[in-house]
Amino acid sequence: MVSKTEIGGAEESASYKGVWVFAEQKDGNLRGVGLELLGVGRRLADRLGEELVAVLLGCGIEELAKDLVAYGADKIILAEHELLGRYTTETYMNVLAELVYKYKPSVLLMGGTLNGRELAPRLAARLSTGITADCTDFDIDKDGHLLQIKPFSKLMAKIKCRTKPQMATAKPNAFKRLKPDWSRKATVIREEVKVSPNETRTRVIEVVKTTNSIYGNVEEADAIVAGGRGLGSKENFKLIHDLADLLGATVAGTRSVVDRGWLPASQQVGQSGKMVTPRLYIAVGISGATYHTVGMQKSEVIVAINKDVKAPIFQIATYGIVGDLFEILPIFMDRLKKEYQEGVDIEQPSEQKPSNPY
Amino acid sequence: MERKKVSSQGLKIIVCIKQVPAVPDVRIDPVTNTLIREGVPSILNPWDVIGVEEGIRLRERYGGEVTVITMGPLQAKEAVIGALAMGADRGIILSDLTFAGADTIATAHTLLAQIKKMWYDIIICGKLSIDSETGHLGPHLAELLDIPQICYVKKVDVDMIERKVIAQKEADDGIEVVEAPLPVLITTTNSLNEPRLPTLREAVNARRKKIEVVTASELGGDLSKYGLKGSPTFVDKLFRPPARRPEMLLQGDPKEAVEILVQALLNRNIVNVRSRE
Ligand SMILES: Cc1cc2nc3c(=O)[nH]c(=O)nc-3n(C[C@H](O)[C@H](O)[C@H](O)COP(=O)(O)OP(=O)(O)OC[C@H]3O[C@@H](n4cnc5c(N)ncnc54)[C@H](O)[C@@H]3O)c2cc1C
Ligand SMILES: Nc1ncnc2c1ncn2[C@@H]1O[C@H](COP(=O)(O)O)[C@@H](O)[C@H]1O
Repeated sequence: MVSKTEIGGAEESASYKGVWVFAEQKDGNLRGVGLELLGVGRRLADRLGEELVAVLLGCGIEELAKDLVAYGADKIILAEHELLGRYTTETYMNVLAELVYKYKPSVLLMGGTLNGRELAPRLAARLSTGITADCTDFDIDKDGHLLQIKPFSKLMAKIKCRTKPQMATAKPNAFKRLKPDWSRKATVIREEVKVSPNETRTRVIEVVKTTNSIYGNVEEADAIVAGGRGLGSKENFKLIHDLADLLGATVAGTRSVVDRGWLPASQQVGQSGKMVTPRLYIAVGISGATYHTVGMQKSEVIVAINKDVKAPIFQIATYGIVGDLFEILPIFMDRLKKEYQEGVDIEQPSEQKPSNPY
Repeated sequence: MERKKVSSQGLKIIVCIKQVPAVPDVRIDPVTNTLIREGVPSILNPWDVIGVEEGIRLRERYGGEVTVITMGPLQAKEAVIGALAMGADRGIILSDLTFAGADTIATAHTLLAQIKKMWYDIIICGKLSIDSETGHLGPHLAELLDIPQICYVKKVDVDMIERKVIAQKEADDGIEVVEAPLPVLITTTNSLNEPRLPTLREAVNARRKKIEVVTASELGGDLSKYGLKGSPTFVDKLFRPPARRPEMLLQGDPKEAVEILVQALLNRNIVNVRSRE
């Protein structure tokens, strides 16, 4: 077992080197979040003057190493075994823990997918190290420690970890991938792993694939209309659906709205919801709490409609309208309808668009 | 690792519960950079209410006993009373200044020290706690106890003869049906059940039940693993989130404001964007 080490203190701590990104794959396809973490990992590794390593587990997935190199990795650690073909928490954790003991990375970043959220905290407990969930940014301080940045109450916190590896997760869309450079070169280290079937005590007996909800995927939307508590009721929330229909946009909301049952949890944007990066984000009746804005502030254009001129949402909105949403939205929709009728080169909403659930 | 403690009659169920602020936006202690919980109206974490309900339903189906455990300040007794009112059999609160300021790893070690002294077949944790939102505690605890975990459970049945759990859980592309031998740790989702509301009488009676309060010295174990000191992670600095430079803030006549907005969006060629799907 690796013992707990004080950062900057014990000698052993200094022997931990390199930034690792766990590159999760599913059915032979890389999850996007791994490539996104390589983007931010590249920056951290360069600041530290250390290597950026992608760790890839699976079976028959060697091909994927090329993508990891193109997206920024200096080195790939590849472990293939038929028992790694399908994800199981215990086997994946055992293999990752052995690799960490062997190579001693200083930083280990993992995607906050459903699997990642089971794997990462269990691995942290195995390694006796700390872990920060759902970071929205990372940096390196002057002493070479990882700063894990995430919202904390109304502010943002820089969190540090006294032990190594310094572990953190981030949600999909929290970071941008680099432009792939297919000419980059990297070493691939093949690890022979010993895995036995009884390591995993949980057994998957059946998988029932479910189809996407009628609401559409906010993580991939180019335009989002989001509503907050200012809408006042589920009935009024229909206004958000109407505006979204008009724009061909996807509907989203704040945690307050999801807590009240006006929208399903899949549409929640923010720290405990989804990270989104559309070209257009229209925030209606949303105050702009940090927990919400971390999830949408990377949108290209943000429009905010709120009756309170002091609402923090106006500090990040590209265009803000101060006023009563019940007055503004009908005018806005009428004006858009006129635009669409007169517009020559603007298409009508496409058919595959999710239908209004009302 | 500890010997696994499995009971032979009914199910010994432990539900980990946490008291959380009733309002989402609480203040921060400027010295320790931890959340100020004292004096803030509190509730039992909604995901843990679901956990307590599931524990009680399992007991109703298979027999056994439900114990709720929380680590927190003494006012967290209210959360335990709430769980007793719903029908939990036993309530334990781990409360000591030594435990304060714990991150999820330190909290897991504290709960571990208590749970190791007990019999258990099923441990239930909430999907997450609404004030820290990590969902890390369940997997930490499962690892420290060296038992299997099934997270994000939507339905759970127990095979009492083979002593295993069969559960439906959320997966990235749908639902997985998973089985694991007892003892096992599961975490909740909101489709697991519809929690009961205790009657007034149950709420009153719960106040008369005994709650076991355990201090650090009574708990024992490695005290250096508890609280702020035992936490590998800590908040180093707080800062204001950077503001984007707003381009325009429109006040006054709504018609004019909308017109200016629409023109601006048209100029950026952005009102006709369509979903990527
Ligand atoms: C750990 C944690 C995680 C969290 N995660 C998330 C998350 O992922 N996503 C999230 O959204 N929140 C999250 N929150 C909650 C967050 O802190 C806020 O409480 C929430 O975002 C507020 O939602 P809101 O803007 O809809 O409501 P409010 O803050 O109540 O704002 C409503 C706004 O509507 C305006 N309004 C009212 N009536 C009108 C009208 N007629 N016309 C125009 N404007 C009007 C008001 O001026 C006000 O600004 C989290 C909190 C915690 C503690
Ligand atoms: N202080 C605590 N005492 C008991 N259980 C806790 C405590 N903190 C968290 N938990 C449990 O762990 C779950 C996840 O919490 P978290 O990891 O903080 O998101 C909660 O739903 C509880 O079941």
